Amino acid sequence: MSIRDNAWQMSEALHNKEISAVELANDHFDQISKVDKDVHAFLYLDKEGALAQAKEVDKKRAAGEKLSPLAGVPLALKDVMTQRDIPTTCGSKILENWRPPYDSTVVTKLKDAGVVILGKTNMDEFAMGSSTENSAFGPTHNPWDLSRIPGGSGGGSAASLAAFEAPLAIGTDTGGSIRQPAAVTGTVGVKPTYGGVSRYGLVAFSSSLDQAGPCARTVLDTALLHQVIAGYDPKDSTSINQAVPDVVAAAKKLDVKGMKIGIVKQLSGDGYQKGVSNKFNDAIAELVKLGAEIVEVSCPNFEYALAAYYLIAPSECSSNLARFDSIRFGLRVGDDGIKSAEEVMNLTRQAGFGREVKRRIILGTYALSSGYYDAYYGSAQKVRTLIKQDFDNAFTKCDVLVSPTAPTTAFKIGEKSEDPLAMYLNDIATIPVNMAGIGGMSLPCGLAEEDNLPVGFQIMAPAMKDDRMYLVGGALEAALLSKWGKPILDFAPILAGSK
Amino acid sequence: MAAISRDEVANLARLARISMSDAELDHLAGEMDVILGAVARVQEVASADVAPTSHPLAVNNVTREDVVTTSLTPAQALSGAPASAEQRFKVPQILGEE
Amino acid sequence: MSLDFDQAIAKYEPTLGLEVHVELNTKSKMFCGCATEFGAEPNTQTCPVCLGLPGSLPVVNKRAIESTILIGLALNCSIAPFSRFARKNYFYPDMPKNFQTSQYDEPICVNGYLDVDVETDSGNQTFRVEIERVHMEEDTGKSLHVGGSTGRIHGAEYSLLDYNRAGIPLVEIVTKIVPNTGKYAPEVARAYVASLRDILRGLKVSDVKMEQGSLRCDVNLSLSPTGSGKLGTRSETKNVNSLRSVERAVTGEIIRQSNRLETGERIVQETRHFLEESGQTRPGRSKEKAEDYRYFPEPDLVPVVPDAKWIEELRKQLPEKPADRRKRLQLAWSVPDKEMAAMVNAELLDTVEATVLLGSDPTKARSWWLGEVSRIANDRAVSPTELISVKDVAQIIELISSGELTDKLARQVVEGVIAGEGSPSEVITKRGLKVVSDDSQLMSAIESAIAAAPETAERVRGGNIPAAGALIGAVMKSTGGQADAAKVRELLLKHLGQ
Ligand SMILES: [Zn+2]
Repeated sequence: MSIRDNAWQMSEALHNKEISAVELANDHFDQISKVDKDVHAFLYLDKEGALAQAKEVDKKRAAGEKLSPLAGVPLALKDVMTQRDIPTTCGSKILENWRPPYDSTVVTKLKDAGVVILGKTNMDEFAMGSSTENSAFGPTHNPWDLSRIPGGSGGGSAASLAAFEAPLAIGTDTGGSIRQPAAVTGTVGVKPTYGGVSRYGLVAFSSSLDQAGPCARTVLDTALLHQVIAGYDPKDSTSINQAVPDVVAAAKKLDVKGMKIGIVKQLSGDGYQKGVSNKFNDAIAELVKLGAEIVEVSCPNFEYALAAYYLIAPSECSSNLARFDSIRFGLRVGDDGIKSAEEVMNLTRQAGFGREVKRRIILGTYALSSGYYDAYYGSAQKVRTLIKQDFDNAFTKCDVLVSPTAPTTAFKIGEKSEDPLAMYLNDIATIPVNMAGIGGMSLPCGLAEEDNLPVGFQIMAPAMKDDRMYLVGGALEAALLSKWGKPILDFAPILAGSK
Repeated sequence: MAAISRDEVANLARLARISMSDAELDHLAGEMDVILGAVARVQEVASADVAPTSHPLAVNNVTREDVVTTSLTPAQALSGAPASAEQRFKVPQILGEE
Repeated sequence: MSLDFDQAIAKYEPTLGLEVHVELNTKSKMFCGCATEFGAEPNTQTCPVCLGLPGSLPVVNKRAIESTILIGLALNCSIAPFSRFARKNYFYPDMPKNFQTSQYDEPICVNGYLDVDVETDSGNQTFRVEIERVHMEEDTGKSLHVGGSTGRIHGAEYSLLDYNRAGIPLVEIVTKIVPNTGKYAPEVARAYVASLRDILRGLKVSDVKMEQGSLRCDVNLSLSPTGSGKLGTRSETKNVNSLRSVERAVTGEIIRQSNRLETGERIVQETRHFLEESGQTRPGRSKEKAEDYRYFPEPDLVPVVPDAKWIEELRKQLPEKPADRRKRLQLAWSVPDKEMAAMVNAELLDTVEATVLLGSDPTKARSWWLGEVSRIANDRAVSPTELISVKDVAQIIELISSGELTDKLARQVVEGVIAGEGSPSEVITKRGLKVVSDDSQLMSAIESAIAAAPETAERVRGGNIPAAGALIGAVMKSTGGQADAAKVRELLLKHLGQ
């Protein structure tokens, strides 16, 4: 048993009592203490809570109780999900030291399943960013190359997987925040269908786009976690009241014979790094070998997706972030007994929010303001309709759509932080999925020849057909593993101090 | 001509309750101008015959029964408050409507 | 030289508009399961949702939607086939999310009306008040201003916030402009709010207690020179919180605006506050720049799309219209107008009806509730129904009818029940309040009375019947009021040969 094993292997070992949950948690805390000073994936470690949960699971197992498959397996939680009495900062100064008095539904489900939550992971402030450089608590470093970004906003969760600090993680994805970090760290991440996983307790960035999802090192591990966190939640009005597709069975099936796989014409070509395109094409060749049928589809309105996204998400965020006002929770600045509530509110929001957050709040305030609403927010909503139509048409011709997840491999920390537009381009291939509310997965498809850094392969499936992503992802992963001879993370440099 | 003036940005900051410094407003006005130029592209295809989509779900009438559930205790409710007194959230003097 | 009301009305035509906010009486809040008890300890009815804590999400209370549809139906509105919630974005400390979840361009009920009767110089006249929309939203928390001298916001050192009220369902009922009310504008405004209150009470969707703020009224008013046909600039007077104040606010604004117009001043479109003491209004704090509410569809909620079946089920629940019911009961009970009005004003119509439904005579039921019980209630500044139950009053009336109690004894029973001595029969037993109906016992009391006043007895024998009153009084006194006066009279007259 090693921390480099997959979650399902850990689950087996726990089941066979080869290792206890407490030992497994301690092994991970051990690894974290060795490597996280360099990676900085975690913002908070809950050793006490994690070990208490692990002990409980061990006790139940000893008593012969029936346990969920992931009982005792450790997990890293993105710091955007509330966990009762545990700091939840969203990577922002304005929430520093806030301990929510309630559990998010995802956390409730994890706790009920006996999953051991190690701590909270770093992220771009309020999930706004593609590099985790926008965290108020310092950037996370990519375990493949510590001078590079781990993607974002969920860079902490993805890096924790790649650095073997946790075998499972929770991310959230508004425009690619699960998939793009997965792509640049050589891990797997899934954005489920909108409404598939409850948003209750997910601190909202953009309510109509946000979706929590599973992250892991393999497709099957991701499916096992998906099964635990998905399902209807009466506390979330936008939660889908339908059975969760059997994603675990799909991940194990390894058979894509006769499936129609559509390549989106608009998500390739100019702007995509050569090595990214090459690895993507290699993966397509593997799928052909497996008996899948490849078709090319056109989604002409995808070229407007980025623009529409950068109106809709900021608009919703300008309203969602209004509640950070120094009254009921979080930071308060400038309360000297003389200044008014309004002045204190203004000073707090100025001091508590970072540059990118302020930029988006201002942009969203503008897009919703009278006189500009129709031209900006209204037009963006229309683009959303067109993107949905593009997907609907495409899915009449194929079962899933595929593309590279991100246009480039991991870039250097600091490289794009002064150019918002260049930064926004990272999400060009992931955003359409959020706009339409469908599912998207990223899994590694090789190392780009220019820089030996991982490349992500994106699979998109129609709403509530999440099992199709796991079916294709599982089969492709198995084919690539046999081609490479070892998991992709075994190609990554061993981190100093690591086991 | 710039799509947005510095004064407009200052007014947006006021609406959003952020007391930005002058330097920040100057810088942001420039950035906003570039960003707005890029996102304005949505207008190219947003013709009158396209219906807007505000939400990806096509679900209606999600409600809950009128049943009382357990509230937080006042201590829990106030646990995150920067200041409190008399079991209430304490805020500096409010200027505004009575 | 300033205009009074009559002079103002002679020169200017008022146009009214009324916005009424009603707190629904659902058990739980609009978007969370917190209780809605009035007057609970601060911050005991809050949760992550109604405190607007990060990550929390709203779920709509079904009863609140149904109550709003019922209100719409009772006000003759169309129920929108598609309706949505929207966020109204503005910052205020009593509003936890710094946006109010409300409805904007897609309200749930539209285009209704309410007819109200007003007494005019030429008799009763019906005015039709058209309803523009009825929509759902949520209430804010309450602030307490501390320091300074007045407990008011200005000059306070700091404020304390209680979010128990935050998220209680509110329904806003907005009229279209109400033209051509002339000098009756104040009465029409009052009659509208009064009828609306009756309808809401009849629907049982709200406590409609203006003094507790569960019904709040904003009055919009503008003037135009008579005959000009042009709409003037309106003022909006906020939180006018009693029927009398509604009337006074309209009168006050007509006088204020006409005097401004007379001196050539412009009417500013503004929010004004009603001052209870003087009946006048004062301007609200003017904002340097207009707010921009940046409404957009609430992405955390899904649309409300009531189907015909749901609406028809609700329509079946609609009670009789208050005005119709009043007419029906007045006829059935043969109550004169004045007494009927007294019953309605005392808010005892429901109670009297309930008592009658238990078998009591309508006249007796009315006189007990409006008489003895109301008298005690007034003394104690409580409502009559808090003192004694309908069932007990009905039982007491029944005992009077069967001759087991006299009116005088019955008053003692009422007193006993109110004092908490138990049910009417328990009070009768404990206090020994039985009517003396034993003839021989009465006869000995009559003989004693005659013996004590032989001259009076002689006058009665001589045909002076009214003189018997003194003897009857003596008998009643000696039996401690437990005799039936009619019976005493009958026996006495017979005994004296009359
Ligand atoms: Zn609540």
